[in-house]
Amino acid sequence: MIWDVEFILGHMNYWLFIVLMMVGFYIVVAKGNLLKKIVGLNIFQVAVFMLYISVGKITGGTAPIFPADLTGHIEYDPSILYSNPLPHVLILTAIVVGVATTSLGLALIVRIREGFDSIEEDELVEIERAMMIADNAEHGSSMGGRA
Amino acid sequence: MIETLVNITLFLMLVATAIAISQMHRLFAVVMLSGVFSLLTALLFVALDAVDVAFTEAAVGAGISTVLMLGTIALTARTVKPSTRPQTIPLIVVFVTGAALIYGTMDMPNFGDPLAPAQVHVRPEYIERSVEQIDVPNIVTAILASYRGFDTMGETAVVFTAGIGVLALLSGLGRRRRKAPPRGPQEPKA
Repeated sequence: MIWDVEFILGHMNYWLFIVLMMVGFYIVVAKGNLLKKIVGLNIFQVAVFMLYISVGKITGGTAPIFPADLTGHIEYDPSILYSNPLPHVLILTAIVVGVATTSLGLALIVRIREGFDSIEEDELVEIERAMMIADNAEHGSSMGGRA
Repeated sequence: MIETLVNITLFLMLVATAIAISQMHRLFAVVMLSGVFSLLTALLFVALDAVDVAFTEAAVGAGISTVLMLGTIALTARTVKPSTRPQTIPLIVVFVTGAALIYGTMDMPNFGDPLAPAQVHVRPEYIERSVEQIDVPNIVTAILASYRGFDTMGETAVVFTAGIGVLALLSGLGRRRRKAPPRGPQEPKA
């Protein structure tokens, strides 16, 4: 592995996006508020998108749109360098799917809040434990106190 | 050189926004900062030649997502309760994962390399033939709607499913709210 300037500059972008991805990951893992977790998931997702888009970038390239002349006629000009359009298409699809999943997650949060009056993970774990203890006590008493 | 500078500046702003999001206690601020984050992302996409993606991110990420999140905080809570759990294990997990990912980038071709495998396989065919085959100035449109139309159909299926899920979760919310007694700690239903 050669640690010259060219290597570092050429890989800097990927590392920057990984840092961003890890900030999002940290929010998802470490923060207890459910809405914050969704925002962190969005940050993570956007970092993945950036990674894909930067794979498609060509130095000195331009956006993949053909210039049209005054009559609207378009022609392929091999002297213009275009960036790779395929990652753009994939990420366009991914952004829309990401919003769909985000809205589903937000709907789940609203429903959790309605059922348990909390959107904090710590409190939800407590409530779940209390419910489990109550359940066990109920089943135990119906078994004659032996369970 | 200027492109690299723009990329790094935008990126530093993105990281600052993300860290601010992780430290905020008011959810309104978190939602607004996530909108800012989306707009900065759109700028970065423009810098990376992905103008269509930038449009979508600005409209969908900064627009629709922000509105949905505002609706959610209106229905749930405005502030975050400070967490008491230890933060060391998440930090270790994050650093180990990040190190593994960075190790994974070592074999990748340089950023912007015109001879990278991603640039020489199907990209030339799409760019050379889309004028005569599809005749649309924007190559992204040609691929999205024609060459890879099935992707978009699958996307539609996912969005439809998510919409059904949201409707199933939230239907009758207003009705149940009116029936329920005024606010107070609720007993968890067994």
